[in-house]
Amino acid sequence: MTIQFNDESFRDDYSFHNSERALKRFPFPFHEDSYMYSVNMEQHRGGPADSVYEMRFDVDEHYVSEMKDRAIVLDQDPLRCQSLPHMTLAGWDLLELIMVSKSEDYPDLFELHRDGDHWRWINRPLGIDDSFTFLDETTLPYGPMEYITRQAQGDFAVLDQRDDMLWMDAGMVTTQADWSLDFDIGMNFFEWHAPVPKAHEMGIFVRALKFLLNIQQGAPARRLNWTMTVNPLLDTSPENYHKWGIQKTTLTPENIGRKQHLRVELQTFYRLPRSNALVFPIRCYLCAFEDLTAVPKWGRRLHRVVRDLPVELATYKGFIDNRPLMLDYLSQFDDGLPTSSGIWPDRESEPPLQK
Amino acid sequence: MSGAEKLRVRVSEITPINALVTRFRFERCDDKELPTFSGGAHTVVEMQDDGVTRLNPYSLMSDPYDQSSYTISVRRDDTGRGGSLFMHQRVKAGDEMTISYPVNLFSLDLRARKHLFIAGGIGITPFLAQIHQLERFNSQWELHYACRGKSLGSYADELTSRHPNQTHIYFDDQSQTIDLPHLLEGQPLGTHVYVCGPKGMIDWVRNTASAQGWPQDNIHYEEFVSPQPGKPFEVKLSVSNKTIQVGEHESLLEAMEREGVDAPYLCRGGACGQCETAVIGYDGKFIHRDHWLEPQEHKSGQKIMPCVSRFEGKTLVLDR
Amino acid sequence: MSKFEFPPSILSRPIWGQLEPRPGTYHLMIADAEGAEAILDVATPELMAQCHIIHIPKGTDFAARLSKLNPAQLYEGPSYEAALPRIRRVLGDGHMGLQIYLAGTEGLMGQAMAEAMRAGIPHSAIQTEHRGSTGRRMQCVHCKGITEDVETDPFVCSHCGLNLFVRDHYSRRIAAYQAVCVDAEDHGNIPEQKGIYQ
Repeated sequence: MTIQFNDESFRDDYSFHNSERALKRFPFPFHEDSYMYSVNMEQHRGGPADSVYEMRFDVDEHYVSEMKDRAIVLDQDPLRCQSLPHMTLAGWDLLELIMVSKSEDYPDLFELHRDGDHWRWINRPLGIDDSFTFLDETTLPYGPMEYITRQAQGDFAVLDQRDDMLWMDAGMVTTQADWSLDFDIGMNFFEWHAPVPKAHEMGIFVRALKFLLNIQQGAPARRLNWTMTVNPLLDTSPENYHKWGIQKTTLTPENIGRKQHLRVELQTFYRLPRSNALVFPIRCYLCAFEDLTAVPKWGRRLHRVVRDLPVELATYKGFIDNRPLMLDYLSQFDDGLPTSSGIWPDRESEPPLQK
Repeated sequence: MSGAEKLRVRVSEITPINALVTRFRFERCDDKELPTFSGGAHTVVEMQDDGVTRLNPYSLMSDPYDQSSYTISVRRDDTGRGGSLFMHQRVKAGDEMTISYPVNLFSLDLRARKHLFIAGGIGITPFLAQIHQLERFNSQWELHYACRGKSLGSYADELTSRHPNQTHIYFDDQSQTIDLPHLLEGQPLGTHVYVCGPKGMIDWVRNTASAQGWPQDNIHYEEFVSPQPGKPFEVKLSVSNKTIQVGEHESLLEAMEREGVDAPYLCRGGACGQCETAVIGYDGKFIHRDHWLEPQEHKSGQKIMPCVSRFEGKTLVLDR
Repeated sequence: MSKFEFPPSILSRPIWGQLEPRPGTYHLMIADAEGAEAILDVATPELMAQCHIIHIPKGTDFAARLSKLNPAQLYEGPSYEAALPRIRRVLGDGHMGLQIYLAGTEGLMGQAMAEAMRAGIPHSAIQTEHRGSTGRRMQCVHCKGITEDVETDPFVCSHCGLNLFVRDHYSRRIAAYQAVCVDAEDHGNIPEQKGIYQ
């Protein structure tokens, strides 16, 4: 299947949009009509055809534009990509993982030719054709992690594993849900999650850490996470919060369907073989409320989830002030009918909106 | 599914190293490349021994970046439960076997300014792979390797000739011993020490380093215990609603697997914590042999590591 | 009384301890102001025989009492920055078994800890004891500038001038707490300033 890449922006005029195909494959994160934290991990070994789960690293219509947006962010603030000195090998691991996966999963878009340590990498959508020596940093224009993650959608947290703990010692973070790599780099799993309310008391992170420490080579895992963003802004960083924070106050009953986006993270987890590190690719998918509510099941469910979410979580996810406005809008799409379980849209079986 | 992913391999070469140790080389049956790994990783080798499935972990000793084959070294244990004897006596070149993907519970700390390896006997094997890895990046390392004598010093000659400046061999039968306090005292800040060998050696290194003010984070050790035979016992498994018998020469984990109960594991040597199982009730005493649970957990009677630990008494009910 | 009971907080906030003598081949003690009291409390003749004390008085007068401990080396410096080359020299020459003791303000302990970690000592092996001022070393997440000894919340970034609120989220690497724009969603609406622990 060929992908038509959008020419779109995630800033200024916000021309980002989802095609019908992108909407159909949007990873709606709520499997029931309410939400609470859980260690919702499952194996990452493919999924339904053309779903975001199908390939190891999903490439979609936003690829080229997202990579342009990443380059802008890095030009303005190079600290969004950092790797502590001992993480270079993990960077090569990640480069190998992405190049091998993409060239196998999307052979029409990416090619990898290997002759021992002499590698040639062709990335057609971005017009790249580079030859380099594997494990020799001097043959690439950037460090290995930066080189490959400038060509891969989503953020990447690369974690060293030491003493039964994970340490965030490298990353490429430009599409984040309001956390700073520059500040958090070097922290352990509990420390960088410290600001998350409630989940620590629930033991979520203790269980999640146990699961993650035991992820083995050849057996990746995945989960979904979510938050809310006004405007399709990828770079909701703390660094620029003083610039984008004000956008949250621009919602009106008239524009909320267009401006308010559900922001979903497909987080995957891979053991990296040469370094024994882990990588968390965190892929961000955005969808406007008006597009989501066009799916009857999603409209009903989104209203119920937003309505019933505990105050601490709505505050942490940054939409407590806008919640009344969101509920006024979303209630139009909730007729009280029951919904089927699971995240899939079930367009054929779910009844249309009854009001 | 328990344990790591599996690989089908062919035994491509069997090399006796000395009177006790034999090296096995594995290549993939489908002739594809093997996964790379990190120095210190082990693989779990499956042995079909007359209807009994044995799963033994062995450190990978080959160059982690050589994807054409893996090698392991097996020391014959004439009094053990039979895994090493099976490898020595029954496995022939050309045999097909199943091994696990590499799993690393003894990883290098790549922040280290210097890696100080202390090996005893067959404990040399994980260091062989780690040395390959470090050599590739010109990292600082030093090896102190104690073995019984010249004839049983597996790979001692190769190491000495390849890395004469970094390798220090000590032969017990020539009364050569590591001057550990002096060795530890001279190490630059940021050195990490790694020890693999008999329990006595591990304890000696850990205690000496601690007494000299080494941070715990800089002391690494790998000690797989193998399951020991013991009196047979009966276990009730509440989740699967089965009562099973654990035989004299099998572990509790093996008995569960034999009965088709899916129990998680990785190392099968009491080190990784994967098989930790909650005890629902018991009347008797535990024989804990793992070094995963804390001493107070051993005393609590609430947890057991079925890969190496046993039970003696009337009843044991587990949450499996 | 120079000891302060910090309220419970999130997991990234450091928990300062109490110095105790530990086995080691050499002992490096770094303190500012009232941190000297913690050194006086922990000092034993055995420790002092292999000890290097670095003290930044910040207007306090502990010189005589520290000197009386008879440490192998004693240095009083006018500021942490002035002492830094000396600290780096000691760490650079250090061997395994070197013990680190830090005492005084959070800013001093944090910066010296980051320095020791860069030299290869894990943070979990570094001893600390808070004494004296509870002022915080804050990093503005926007401009990355550090403002020292912050005692109020919110405060004004000494570099970019934004009004910032004080978080408990702490980076050992930067040796600072995180400060974030307080009026990003409502420009000019600055909450009333109060003490951080008020």
